[in-house]
Amino acid sequence: MSVKKRKKGKIAFTHVGVYLALILFLLPFLWMVLASFKTQVQILNTSKLFEITANFDNYKSIFSEYSFLTFIMNSFIVGVGATIFGLILGLPAAYSIAKYKQQGLGLLILVARIVPGISFLIPWFIIFSKLQMIDTYTALILSHMLVTMPFIIWVMIPFFEGLPHELEESARVDGCSIPGAFIKILLPISGPGIVTASILAFIFSWNNFMFSLILAGDKTKTLPIAIFNFISYSDINWGGLMAASVTITAPVLILALVAQRYIIAGLTGGSVKG
Amino acid sequence: MSNWIDRHIKWVFTMPAVIFVGLMMVMPVGYTLWLSFNEWSMSNIDPPLWVALENYKTLFHDELFMKSLGLMFYFTIAAVATETVLGVGLAILMNQHIVGKGLVKTLFLLPMVATPVAVGLIWVLIYEPNIGIANVFLQKLGFPGQEWLTSQTLVMPSLIIIDVWEWTPMIALIVLAGLVSLPKDPYEAAMIDGATTWQIFRKITLPLLKPTLYSAILLRMIDALKTFDIIYATTQGGPGTSSQTINIYGYVLGFQYFKIGQASALLMIFFLIVLTISVFTILLRKRAGVHL
Repeated sequence: MSVKKRKKGKIAFTHVGVYLALILFLLPFLWMVLASFKTQVQILNTSKLFEITANFDNYKSIFSEYSFLTFIMNSFIVGVGATIFGLILGLPAAYSIAKYKQQGLGLLILVARIVPGISFLIPWFIIFSKLQMIDTYTALILSHMLVTMPFIIWVMIPFFEGLPHELEESARVDGCSIPGAFIKILLPISGPGIVTASILAFIFSWNNFMFSLILAGDKTKTLPIAIFNFISYSDINWGGLMAASVTITAPVLILALVAQRYIIAGLTGGSVKG
Repeated sequence: MSNWIDRHIKWVFTMPAVIFVGLMMVMPVGYTLWLSFNEWSMSNIDPPLWVALENYKTLFHDELFMKSLGLMFYFTIAAVATETVLGVGLAILMNQHIVGKGLVKTLFLLPMVATPVAVGLIWVLIYEPNIGIANVFLQKLGFPGQEWLTSQTLVMPSLIIIDVWEWTPMIALIVLAGLVSLPKDPYEAAMIDGATTWQIFRKITLPLLKPTLYSAILLRMIDALKTFDIIYATTQGGPGTSSQTINIYGYVLGFQYFKIGQASALLMIFFLIVLTISVFTILLRKRAGVHL
């Protein structure tokens, strides 16, 4: 076999390997989407796996019977709230840690990733109960901020480190205070970084289950909690459940595609690059 | 005033975030520690009763607690080891010239950002013994169907498969980023010396990748130890207690039985385990020449 042929064989092998893996990793999503368009009868009949009559009944029912719009709104309010307040606290902190090399503080924020969330859930429940804040947006937003703020800081530290400091210096010479220079000069040129940090933070709030499980109630139930409404003791409304799963995951997947370049950075939280 | 702010800007900018973390995380963990020395049930009106280390003693004689510890380590080690091997393999494949590489990389992000509870429920359908595609597929190949999530012996491997599906792409993408940034010279020298692909991998790629691998494994390990959403959504710790890891057991003790003292003791032990493992791995990484 010539070298050229062997090389061709290797290229074919890597392509088959990568695409096969990709198909395996995407299959569950395909399965979810297919099932969301099936009737219960079609789902229960496994002899015709890929036969679907495109019907939107499952989607209609999750909005009419299960009032999904309310839960979407709840998730949205909590996610946006936690992201905005996460930005307000996180952006100045990230800038300061980046500029003044406050590694100790950076480490403290990293600890927020390591500590298991459940180890402060009991105190939260007790304190928020005493303050009569269970089932309020405030409690949920505060708890979700413990997720969003660290993500924002992790993504923004390397971003701020990469900015040129001349602009800020010249603003200072013109008599601007440091907070003034930060707000007027640095934040506007950090737009792309802030957008991706916000998208990431929102995704992680949207996905959060444990905190909402404890602190949400009937009024503030978020999507990941509400999805369990489809499972009753007797049986599972599979079509509805999968339509609900599509409805929860679709926005996240779209946002992820927008912010794709920074997702790994966000997930790995500043500890990969050093 | 403005001058004072400028002079102390380091602290003015960071204090709100630090105070927030202190109030929402550090203090509550301290509160949990205090509760762990008390006997208290949220459901009755008696105040907490100081019992010192009694809750911890009870835990170490509690078979379910020991079992939940074992399950946590089993899940973490099996899942992270599989993900590392598969992830490195996938990264090496992806490091070649692949048509549509950008799109492939993007699509691999999807499992890890999808809402975990929804992911869990999708897998409940996949694993469903009668209508799930897992058994339909097995039967087409001539194997008997399995009770994926309802068999005591199969439930943990089934959960590990979900975790591997969800997180192998992350390891692959981190390692791929590491591979791309490796220096080219050692490879050229090895090629000239006529080294085999396997030798190049063992002697050059793996050692150079060490820091990246440490980071990836550390991050995965921290998260795998704490897995909650997927287990809660698929089995809630069952059948019986077959998939009740320490995270789930803590939730059950605290929020279903309201045994606050004992749950708090359990959570403190859990907290210490996760912290110790993390610090230990970070130190190992330092020795490997990487710093945080």
